[in-house]
This record gives sequence, structure tokens and C-alpha cells, in this order.
Amino acid sequence: MALWELSSLEKYLGLKKPNKYSTQGDKKVPVLQNNNGPPLVGLVTLACHLVKEAKRLELLGDSAENRAVVQQWLEYRVTKLNNCTKDNIKTILKDLNLYLQDKVYLAENQFTLADILLYYGIQPIIVDLAIQEQEQYVNVTRWFDHIQHYPGIRRHLSPVVVLRNRIYSSRHH
Amino acid sequence: MKLFVSEGNPHCLKVLAALEVTGVQCDVQYVNHEETVVPFLSRPALPAMFLPSGLYLFSANAICQYLFEVNGQESSELCSQWLEWEATDLQPALLLALHMAVLQGKGSQVSNVLQGPLNYLDQSLSKGNTPYLTGEAVSVADVVLWAALYPVLSDSSLALGERKSVKPWFDRVAAMHSCQSAVQKVLRGKGLQGMKSYMQRQPAPQSSQCRDTQPCNSNPAECEEGERVVSEEEMEAAVLTWSKDLNGGPLATERQHPILPQEGKRNILLTSALPYVNNVPHLGNIIGCVLSADVFSRYGRLRGWNLLFVCGTDEYGTATENKAREEGLTPQQICDKYHAIHSSIYKWFQIDFDFFGRTTTEKQTEIAQNIFWRLHKHEFLVEDTVEQLRCENCQRFLADRFVEGICPHCSYPEARGDQCDKCGRLINAVELREPQCKVCRQTPVIRSSKHLFLDLPKLETQLEQWLDKSTSTGDWTVNAKQITRSWLRDGLKPRCITRDLQWGTPVPHPDFKEKVFYVWFDAPIGYLSITANYTDKWEKWWKNPQQVELYNFMAKDNVPFHSVVFPCSLLGAQDNYTLVNHLVATEYLNYEDTKFSKSRGVGVFGDMAKDTGIPADVWRFYLLYVRPEGQDSAFSWADMALKNNSELLNNLGNFINRAGMFVTKFFEGCVPAMELQQEDKKLLALVGWELQQYIQLMDKVKIRDALKHILNISRHGNQYIQVNEPWKKIKGGDTERQRAGTVTGVSVNIACLLSVMLLPYMPTVSQTIRDQLNAPQSCINTMLQGTGTFVCTLRAGHRIGTVSPLFQKLEVDQIEALKKRFGGQQTTAQSAASAQPAAVPAPAAPAAEVATVNGVDPEKAKQLTQAVAEQGDKVRALKAQKAEKAVITAEVAKLLDLKKQLAVAEGKNPEPAPQKSKKK
Repeated sequence: MALWELSSLEKYLGLKKPNKYSTQGDKKVPVLQNNNGPPLVGLVTLACHLVKEAKRLELLGDSAENRAVVQQWLEYRVTKLNNCTKDNIKTILKDLNLYLQDKVYLAENQFTLADILLYYGIQPIIVDLAIQEQEQYVNVTRWFDHIQHYPGIRRHLSPVVVLRNRIYSSRHH
Repeated sequence: MKLFVSEGNPHCLKVLAALEVTGVQCDVQYVNHEETVVPFLSRPALPAMFLPSGLYLFSANAICQYLFEVNGQESSELCSQWLEWEATDLQPALLLALHMAVLQGKGSQVSNVLQGPLNYLDQSLSKGNTPYLTGEAVSVADVVLWAALYPVLSDSSLALGERKSVKPWFDRVAAMHSCQSAVQKVLRGKGLQGMKSYMQRQPAPQSSQCRDTQPCNSNPAECEEGERVVSEEEMEAAVLTWSKDLNGGPLATERQHPILPQEGKRNILLTSALPYVNNVPHLGNIIGCVLSADVFSRYGRLRGWNLLFVCGTDEYGTATENKAREEGLTPQQICDKYHAIHSSIYKWFQIDFDFFGRTTTEKQTEIAQNIFWRLHKHEFLVEDTVEQLRCENCQRFLADRFVEGICPHCSYPEARGDQCDKCGRLINAVELREPQCKVCRQTPVIRSSKHLFLDLPKLETQLEQWLDKSTSTGDWTVNAKQITRSWLRDGLKPRCITRDLQWGTPVPHPDFKEKVFYVWFDAPIGYLSITANYTDKWEKWWKNPQQVELYNFMAKDNVPFHSVVFPCSLLGAQDNYTLVNHLVATEYLNYEDTKFSKSRGVGVFGDMAKDTGIPADVWRFYLLYVRPEGQDSAFSWADMALKNNSELLNNLGNFINRAGMFVTKFFEGCVPAMELQQEDKKLLALVGWELQQYIQLMDKVKIRDALKHILNISRHGNQYIQVNEPWKKIKGGDTERQRAGTVTGVSVNIACLLSVMLLPYMPTVSQTIRDQLNAPQSCINTMLQGTGTFVCTLRAGHRIGTVSPLFQKLEVDQIEALKKRFGGQQTTAQSAASAQPAAVPAPAAPAAEVATVNGVDPEKAKQLTQAVAEQGDKVRALKAQKAEKAVITAEVAKLLDLKKQLAVAEGKNPEPAPQKSKKK
């Protein structure tokens, strides 16, 4: 599943000639043959490579701190979000919801590669959420809606309808 | 900038080594494994770094990368590639390896697990032909990988073998002074054992064989991966089992009372938390204890264990006295009334107790007083005076629930004297602000009164020794262990066991004549006295830890009493009592998006479930499907309808019904001859694997997870029928007809297996299936033996009975009506008015009363119109794509729901004509 993400990313970055990827192992880890050296392996590694190729370094974070934050969320994407169980989904949504409470993007105010790959990874989960759950994870939903409308990101993924009004009243006991 | 680390955590080795290697200046703070440092993460994550910008890093690798970058060494592409490999490939294997080596004592198997990643590393190093992973100098990749591998590679007992390139690289990195010093800080010279307490707190890793039970989503790309590869050996084994004979032993369902422990058997004593008698149990109570315990005990009997399941109503205490006052009855009358209600509810839910007793019996007094005197004799009781609230108007001390006031922690105005409903904290009644007597609403005064305390601190060492053993050898749920640990960590204090009440077991000590036992000293003794009322030989269960394994089922709020307080009573009594071996605690079940509340009458209560017209088995199925296992979950009407229609009706019921119908229609009701081909063998192996998973999970009391494997089997079955099209083949030539026969025969046998696996969950449906298939009862105790035995029960020529549909569709309008009827909507209005809690909700409020809350709202109507239009488009698109029926049904349900809301917002009658919506 990682391959379409890479080609979507290529299109977003405006890279002219598409790369040819292969995969290795049961988990279908993407591989890119590299003329200048050994092949590159792994979704995060390849995605970062593409960003550098397109000279869009700001997508990797504009300071040492932000670069670390971006790397951390990229790792989160490939370790936590890939092959997660149903139980983990709720934890992930809950944690992200809390994290995004006071942030526009994963690296605070800067749109980065972490947003793109997390969006690709979380899209199938968000598609399945009931409206009520969308409201429960309102910050994730808001962030998600924002990213899916970011020009050139969504590609073939089906848009998720996000209601702007709350339809479930929030009750307190 | 600040770094948080914990001792014995291998990830902390990475960051401490990186810190030393780079020489970056940074505060380091050592904290507990459980400490929440990163505020937004649910699970404790260490190491963590607090950055000057106010952001947190919670990934060890990102922290290392950051430290190196601050030091001017930005990671190269090759570096990040190694880090990604470490996180995605090496870590899962390492986690499993450490789990085996540190916790399970299976160090010898570690080399199997790590073989793959270590070989990969070795090959890469030898190909690169450089001293370090990314070149001539040490990089962040070397530090991270070295630290990750240190615990396993430095321990010679694991016999990982020396790889020709890994070894020199590892030694080279290890030789750096910085690395040695980091090792000392994290492992303290204790090697693998230094990581024990860290590993105990990690979720158990999934081995590669034990696949996740449910793919996380319906992404088609992932579904392809979900297809399990079946080996030749697996197929052969499955076919061998298939042709075995049925087990001819005595039927598992036949029980001879009284059940007593037997030599040479697995003797299991199973209790579910005693429900308070003063109220009607709600769905959350039912799934939390009795239903979960029932499923497990039914399963245990199928497994051939010698098992006794006891429960009963907990009848003493303030709550009962309160209730009696409210209803103008005596406590005894209240108990009689509600005990009958409880019994009938559990009977309706088909909870198959061996004995359902009560705590207000002579045996209770006898046993409780005996334990008391033993504790007294061994000097585990201490005396103290307590400040207590007394109502001068009512002339009595006000124990816990007789007083209400403002919560001192969260300022909730209706906090009870023992606990706050809102923040959940325990409260000492004298701490309440503006306390009121619940009976007369006067302000009580503080007086002192003499009480007896169980000296928990004196028993603490004994308790900890026992806990270490019990939690490491038994199946305790994670929350049970956590709650127990946090109690112990906070230190135990003497706990009051006497109360100034009348309705309780009298304290036999002459100095405390007027008092009764505090309900939590008394109530768990109910397990013993209820067993004593069941059989005179109760001590064979309760004073026999050598032969008996004790399972306690409960919701998480009951954990401390079962893991700390009650065991202390029993340990202190020193009479060889059977203590809990397996403590199974659920989280909470919520109702829609709010809490069930007995005191506020929110949610569906046990006695109303049967008025819904939905069969008890469907209730059981759904409650078990959303069993709060591992985390809170919620009961939702819409979801219940969806699960009923998609899982029960379209998946399970559809498969079983089709299999039976083919036999009836195509083969005159006789199971046809079966010639197994490769595809059939593969299916047998797949089904066998699911059965094996089911048994593994059930053995560990993972009731909800196990249910998914039942549904997986019928999914495999449906697909098998779909691909083979027996309804077409039956019209073809001899070979084709033969094929139709095999497919039908295999399917109907899978249906028979499903009936057995379903038995713990849906006993009636399970029996109905066997009746329809005319299956011998002996299949019941054959299929669940060992690791699972899927035999061909219905051989060629077997005549089946009359097949009919097992489940009914739950229509949207029916569910909507139920949703309204059982509240949710009117709770705001009601809770404001409920100074006197209406604990037994009136039998279903008329729907008309409820609908008035939602008013007309033109703005909302406009937005909803838009939403309806969008949802309509979506449904049409799905239909055009010929999407799965269940998916379309779900989307249509959403659409109807939106339309209904729109109608409400527009002020129209919200009930749509169901016919119309169907035609659309």
C-alpha cells in the first residue's frame, strides 16, 4: 500500500519523471533502486528522499526541533498506524485528538511531510468513523479535513464528509 | 530542554548513550515506568524529551537524531534508513525476544526470533565493508542499533551465535566509554533481569503466528494481506482431524450437584461480583460480571473442566437501608423483592449459575464472624476513634451513602459520602462541603465513634508475596494488575471494617455490640457463604488452594477489594483459604455517549431488555461484541442494529442457513458424500486455525476477541460457497454434482462446528442450530478438546432436520423507537429534576414525551439538508458500484437518521414511512 502513497507524493511535489519502485518482504516494504549507491528501503526513507529531490526541505521541518518532531510522527505512522488493531485505533485517535487540540499541523504551525503521510495512513480509519465518533475526535477530524483539502494531497482517496455543525449534543453528567 | 528516562527501559539506553556520545547538555530526570510525562499519550512513553519550544519528543530514535543534529551531525539518508528499519523490523522482533527471555524464561528460543534481523544486519555490514553502519565514523544509527541490541547481544546465555560482521561492529561501539556509562545507568549491572519490571508493563507482543484478530480497517489493499497462507502440513493435519471419530465420553452439559473438586481434574471455582440488591442491574453491570463469567463458565464446561459458578445478591449495607426508606419497606422486604428481580433478569439472559444465593443468611454470619475472630486472635485488628457525621434529627450516625454534599475535589454538588459520581474519587464523608442528611436534609454534626480496623500495613509483606505469585502465574487482566499496583504503591492504611448501621452482619465483639461489618469486609465473604448454602462441603472449594483455581469476574471498580482488601482478610485469618488465581476485570460500558446511571435512570436496565422484543441471545451477542475488554466501550442502538444485521444476519445466519438449505433442497435432507480437494482442505485448515485462535483466546478469558474468530469462520464459509456456487453445479454433470455435494457437506459441518463455538455466547441459537441439523450432542465435547478438534460430525447420509432462519433483521425505525424509549434525549431535563434519584426507571417513557426536547431550528435544518443531499449521493454511488449489502445498509441507516434529524429541525413529524425508505 505504500507505493501509491509514494506516487501521490511525487505528484504533489511536482516531480517530473515518476520513479519505479519495487517491494520486499511480507510487509511489502517499498524499495527504490538508486544509481549512486545501494537501494533505498522503507516508506519514511523514500518519502524523505523524494522531498529532498524536489528541494522542498521545509516539508521536513524548518528547525532542528521541528525536524525531530517530523521524524517522530513519521516513525509513529509506520510503527503505530500500520497494522494496528481495532483497540489501538481508539488509543491512536484519542492521543492524536489531545495532541492536535492546540495545533494546526503535527509540527505546530507548519505543514510537513508528517501531515501528508499520517493523512494517507489514517484515511481508511477516518472513512469508517461514524459522525458521532468524528465528533468525539473533533480535533483529529478538523486536522484531517484540513489536510484532505490541502491542494494536491488527496489524489484518488475518497473525500470524507465532515459536518461543520455538531449533531450530537455534548452532554455532561 | 529536559530528558525523562526510567531505569531498566532499553529505549532509554539509546538516548543516554546518544547524550554521552554527543556531549549535549541536558537535564536528565529519572522517573517511574508508569509516570505520564507526555501529556497527550494514553500510555506512558519513555524516554521523552521536553523541547525548549514546548513540544515533546516521545520516540527514542527521534530524540537521538535530535541530539546528533544539535551537535552538528545531521543524519544522512542511510542513517535514517537504518533508524526506520530499527523501528519497523528490529523492534517487533526484539520486543518478542525480550518478552520471552525476561518474562517467560524461554531464552533458548530467542535466537529463532532474532535470526532474520541479525542476519540482515550482518549481511549489510559485510557488504558495506566499513567499520560502522554508515561509514568510517560513528553515527546515530550505530548508537541506536547498538543500544537496541545490547540487552540481547551482551547476554551470553541467549546463545545468539557470533556473526562475523555483527560481532566486531558491536564490540567497537560498545568499547566507547560513553556507551559503557549509559549501560551502567540503565541496567545497573543487572543485565536482562534489570529490565524485568519494565517488560512486565509492556503489552504482550504478538508473535508472527498470532496475527491481529481484526484488520484495522477495510482498506482493500490490507484485506489482500489478510489472506493467510496455509501450508501443506496444516492442510494434512486438518484433514486428519476431520476424519477422526466423535468423542463418546459423558456429555459436558450434564451436571451433578453438588459439584465438588475432583482429583486429577482442573477444578475451577468461578465467581462474578455480587450485584447490589438495591437496584435493577443495567447492561453495563450485566456484561461486567455475570455475563462474562457465564460465557467463561459455559466454555470451561465444554473444555471438560470441573467447574463451579456461584454468585448472589449483595444485600447488606447502607444502600439497602436507603432504598428501603425510599420505598417504605423494611430492608428484608427490599432484599426479597430485588433478589427476585435479579434472579429473573439473569434467568432471562440465560446466566447459568450453579447457584445464585444471597448474603443475608446464617452461613454468612457464621463465616464472617469466624473470620473476624481469627483476625482478632492473630492481632490483625486495631481499634481507633473516627470522626463521623451524625444527624441529630434522625438520632444516628450517617454512614457513607446517607450523606450528600459538595465534592471537595471537583465541587460536584451531589457527591455521596463515600464517592463522587462525577470525578470518581473516594471521599471521606467528613470532608464533604455543606453536608446534608439524605433522609431529613438537616445539616449533620461531627462526632467521634469507636471502630475496628483491619491492619493492612501489617499484612502488606504477606500480601505482596502472594500477589507476586498470583499475578505472574494467573491470568490477571492488565487493569487489575495496574489498579492493584497503584494501591500498593500508595501504601496500605488500616481499613475500617465496622459501621454504625443496623442492616448488616453483627460484629460479635462485646465492645462493638451496636455495630455491623462494613459491607466490603462482609460482601466478599458472601462468596464463601453462598457456596456454603449450596453445599455443606464448601470448604473443599474454599480451603483448598492446592486443588482449586479461583477466577473472580468483576468491573474494574471492584478490583482493589478483590486483590488487596479481601485477600488480606483471608491471609490474616490463616485458615488455608483459596485465594484468587485469575482476576478478570472489565472496563466500563457506556450508554450511547453518556454513562449508565442507576441513580439517574439513564440507559437500558436488565428488566427492560426483554420488553424490546429482541431475543436474549442477540443481547448477549452484542454485549459480548462490545465487551469493554482492555478499554471502555459503549452500547449504541444504531451499532447494535448494524452488528445484528451485518454480522448475525448477513454473515453468520446467512452461512448456516444456506448450508442447511442446500442439504434440504439439493440432497433431500441427507448430507451428501464428500471428496475433499485441495480447496476444501485449505478451508479446513483455515477454519482449524480460527478454532485454535478461539481456544487460545478463551483460555485467556479474551471473550470479545474470541468471538471475532467465530465470525471469521462463517466469513470463510460464505466465501467458499460463493466461489463454488453449489446451486449452479447441482444442475451440471456428475463431477459437478459431486462437487456441489462436497461443498454442501463441508459447509454444513462447519455450521455444526459454529454451533459449538457459539454455545458460550448464544446458548439458545447454538442449540437451535444443532436441532435444525439434527446434530448429535456428542459433537459438543469433541470440538473444543486440546487445541481444537474440527471433526466431520455430520457424515454422508446423515439426515438433518428442518432448517429455518436464525436471526431477524432489526429495522431502522424499530431501533429509533427503542433509542427514544430508553432515553438519552431526556436525561438533561431529568437529571436536573432528580434530587431524589429514581433508581428504578419507570417502564419506558412514552415516545411523545421524549420528542419535545429537540426544538425547531432553521439554521440546523439548512445544514442538515446539505448533509442529507451529500449522504444521498454517497448511497447512490455505492449502489451504482454494487458495494456490499452491509455497507449500503449502514449508509442508508445514516441517511435515514439524517433525514429524521432534518424532520425534527423543520418541526415535522420525525417518524418517516418505513416503506418509502425501503423502495429508495
